[in-house]
Order: sequence, then C-alpha cells, then structure tokens
Amino acid sequence: MSNLVVLPIIIPLLAGVIVALFNKKVAVTRTLTKLFSILNLGVAAYLSWIVFTTDSIILETGEWVAPYGIILVADPLASLLVLTTNIVAVACAFYAPHSLSLRQETHYFYAFYFFLITGVSGAFLTGDLFNLFVFFEVLLMASYALIVLGGERIQLRESIKYVLINLFSSILFVTAVAFIYGAVGTVNMAQIAERVQIQGQDGVLTTVAILLFFVFATKAALFPLYYWMPKSYIVPNTVVSALFGALLTKVGIYSILRVFSLIFVHKLELTHETFIWIAGLSMLFGVIGALSTNNIKLIIAYNIIPAIGFILMGLGVFNQDGMSGSVYYLVHDMIIKTALFLIVGVIAYVAGTSDLRKMGGLIHYYPGLGWLLFVAAFVLAGIPPFSGFIGKLLLLQGTLSEYEVVITIIALISSLLILYSVMKIFIRGFWGEKDETGKYEKKSTKGLIGPIVYLLAFSIFLGVGAEWIVPSVESISTYLLDPEIYIESVLKE
Amino acid sequence: MEIIISILAGVLITTGIYNLLQKQFLRIVIGTVLLSHGAHLFILTMGKLKRGQPPILTDGVTDYTDPLPQALILTSIVISFGITSLLLVLAYRTARENNTDNMEELRGTENE
Repeated sequence: MSNLVVLPIIIPLLAGVIVALFNKKVAVTRTLTKLFSILNLGVAAYLSWIVFTTDSIILETGEWVAPYGIILVADPLASLLVLTTNIVAVACAFYAPHSLSLRQETHYFYAFYFFLITGVSGAFLTGDLFNLFVFFEVLLMASYALIVLGGERIQLRESIKYVLINLFSSILFVTAVAFIYGAVGTVNMAQIAERVQIQGQDGVLTTVAILLFFVFATKAALFPLYYWMPKSYIVPNTVVSALFGALLTKVGIYSILRVFSLIFVHKLELTHETFIWIAGLSMLFGVIGALSTNNIKLIIAYNIIPAIGFILMGLGVFNQDGMSGSVYYLVHDMIIKTALFLIVGVIAYVAGTSDLRKMGGLIHYYPGLGWLLFVAAFVLAGIPPFSGFIGKLLLLQGTLSEYEVVITIIALISSLLILYSVMKIFIRGFWGEKDETGKYEKKSTKGLIGPIVYLLAFSIFLGVGAEWIVPSVESISTYLLDPEIYIESVLKE
Repeated sequence: MEIIISILAGVLITTGIYNLLQKQFLRIVIGTVLLSHGAHLFILTMGKLKRGQPPILTDGVTDYTDPLPQALILTSIVISFGITSLLLVLAYRTARENNTDNMEELRGTENE
C-alpha cells in the first residue's frame, strides 16, 4: 500500500528512459509520452484520493525506520501538488508535438520532460531535507537540458546565467543542510522539527533558517532575487517556458511553505513578519516588470513574481485563512500560468512575433484564441467566479484578520495592475483594424487550443466548485499550522 | 582539526566567490568548482572528523564515526561533477555562438 507513494516518481523516470530509447521514432515517442503522462495523472489522482479520504501515507524505503532511512511522505499538501503537477504535465504533453520543431523533439525533449516531472514530484513527496536537495538537482538538471534545447544564440546566452545562479544557490543549499546537520544532528524533516522544538530556535538556527529561505527564494524568484528569472524563462520553446513557469518556481515556494510551517515556527516575529514585506515588494516589482515590456512572453514571465508574492503573503500572516489562501493560490497559479504561457505561445506563433507593437487586429482571424486569453486574464486577476478570486479572498481575509492593512492594499493594487498587464495583450494584440495585407493568414492552430481549454476548465472548476474544494484546502491549512501531526505521522511515537 | 578544516572551507568559498564574480567564463566555472569543494569539506566537518572508529552503532558503544556526512558528500560530489562538465560544454558553446566569453557583453538588451 505505502509503495503507492513512490509511483509518481518511478513512472516518469521509467517513461523518460523508455522514450529516450525510441528517440528516433517521433510518432512512437509522442504516443508513449501521452500515454505515460495520463497514466501518471491517474496514479496521482488515486494517491490524493486515498490520502484525502484516509490519512497521509509514509513510505520508509528499504524498511529502514523513520529517522534513519530515507522517507517519502504523501501528506495532503504534497499529494495535492503532485496531482496538480500531473494535470499541468498532461496539457504540456499534448501541446508539445505541435509546438516543438522536429529537431527539438529528436533531441530528447520527451525524456527530459519526464525527468523534470520526476524531480518535481520527488521534491514534493520527500520527507528528508537532503533528499529535497537531490530532487532539486534532478529537476534542475532536466531544466538545464530543456532550456538550451534548440541551441540558439540568445538561448545559450540566457541559459548560462540560469545554470550559474541555480548552481550557486544549490551550493548554498548544501551548506545550509550541513549547518542544520551540525546543529541538530539529523536531516529528516520531522526529526529536525522535533529537535528544534526541544532545543528552542536559537540565533544559530534562525540564521540557518534565513540561509535556507535565501536558497528557496532564489529558486522561487522572490524580491530581490528574481532578476535571473524573466529573461531566462522566455528564451526556450513555449512549452518549456510553461513547464518552468508552472513547476520550477512553485517547487521553491513549496519548500519555503514546508520548512517555515514545520520546522522554523518559533520566531514568527522575525521570519514571518519579514516574509510579509518581501511578499509586498515582490508583488510591486513583479507587476512593474510586467507593465514595463512589450514582449508578450515576458509579460507572463514577470507575472510569476507577484503570484509567488501572494503565496508568501499567506505564509507570512500564518493563520488559518492565510495558509488556506496560500495553498489554494499555489494550485490555482500552477494551472493558470501554464495556460497563459501556452496561450501567448499560440499568439506569438500566429502573429509571427512576440512584440506587441507589431501586432493588432488578431480578433478578426482568431476570435476563439482572443476570448481564451480574455478568460485567462480574468482568472489570473481574480474576477469572480474564477479561481483567482477565491484564492485572493482567502489570502486577504488572512491579512485583514491580522490587521496587516498596508499589504492588503498592495495586494489589491497589484491585482488590478496584473489584470491591466494581461489585458494589454488583449487590447494591443486583438483589437484594432483588420489587417488586409495577409500578414496573419489563417494558420492552423490544430492541437494547440485543446490543452489550453483543458487547463482553463480546471481553473474555472476550481473557482465555481470552490464549495467542494475549500473545505479540503482548509483541512490542509489546519494540518500545516500544527506541525505535531506531521511529526507524529512520520516518527510514530 | 575541525577548526583548520573550517578555515580551509572558508578560504575555498571566499576564492570561489571571488572567481564567480569575474567576467571570464573559465574563471566563473573554476569559481563554482572551488565553491562546491568548500561546501563539501564543510559537510564533512559537521560530522566531526577522524574519530578513528568504525561507523557501527551498537548499544553501549560510544565511540563511532558518523557515516552520514560521507554519504551526503558522495551524492553531492557526483552532482557537482555532472554540473561542472555540463557548465564547461555550455560555456564553450555560448562563447562560440556569441563570439565572446565576457559576461558583460552577454547582457541582452532586446526587451529594454
């Protein structure tokens, strides 16, 4: 039974190896990729169903009892995120064949795609801090390969910066793990949490906590560590950008959420108070970045930063509503960011450019695409009844009940500006006179629209079906606010 | 002994950071290598060095070597070895394609 936990990690790993073997036969790899990603989605859905209806599942690998062996923990948060990851992955698997060039496909795109999913699922499921580092490296290695796929001049230029910044923060991660091991003598997260509780979170441990925050904040692209992110996320193919935007930064913010709700929760006035300010600055700077540019992919890439800010804000206030909001917003944002990246990918493809100044009047040729973007912008900005609204409502209830008025105002203003930044694509790209020069001859968007509709359907379901989803999310936040449950379920004392 | 190794790790990390801040690709790559060496030495120090005992834990035995840091280092060394080789290839290709190995000339201002 508990072996179920390892399946969302093993299946993509095996699938990656298998599709690498059939590399030259593109038709075979495409079919296999779709089949395996749907299989993995099924397994993830079954896993989360079991976890939500019964209890967390703990896998002690090799029968080594909890603090000694490596453990995998499928608790409600982890399994929900693995499920969301796979929802996103399926959309990308179906979008990829229509978006990539044949050369990119035969250069092992599908294999690295599966390795990326392996790393992301592993990072969500692991219950061991060093193992988290290893899974980070797995997903980063896959992302290094994906970001250079195609090997254009500009791509190489941005990816070397991407690799360097991630390598640097990984080394800091190892150092932080070493510090923790020196201070509490374990790398098992539940045991670290227990020992920090007993020893008390003294100056050394708080410093290590901030070092860890620095590492995860670099991966999650928070203010002031986001500078590497937007430009490097726009250089690869759209489907790769979508995967990065949906998954990589979210693994960073998930780690912050986990570490600062489980382990370092004894100096809230020092750590979590700071988070609120960092969250506010991330929202402002991210949205300013999004408004500053005319490149449609860059607009969406900059919009990742305020989303991470929103999630961190919920953690910062650290109460029931705030944490529910963070978890809800995390799931919502993974889905909608993928959808938006895929949409701008189609727009850039049909318009032949990603520069807003060079397009206009697309609505006459692609009305469906225009309305999809319109709906996606509403979902992102949080117009009821879509999912962004529920997430922001929970978050703002959380901040207001702690009387954090300034951050609430910043959050509301930045939501409005997010709406404007995405609507700018709609207004400048889709409105306007019909272009008669034949510049936008009707190009086939076959296969590109399906995955977007599928993702938006999930987003709309998250918003309209909030009555069914919010209770589960609130049970997750109750769970996160009480570290004892996690510690007991892992160490079984 | 721990103090000496800690200082050595500190020196390695300092020189690593200095090299990382240079403009030339090769220096940057060497910087990351030094940095990771520093971090690895640091993990080893955290498990206390050279107690001269086997890594076996039985009831009643108080003298034993901690095997965990060595397992952690091994994993970490393999990873950083892989990334260094990738980084070398990437740096070479980038320098070839962009006709420069100076970071300042690789800023990219298309979207500003």
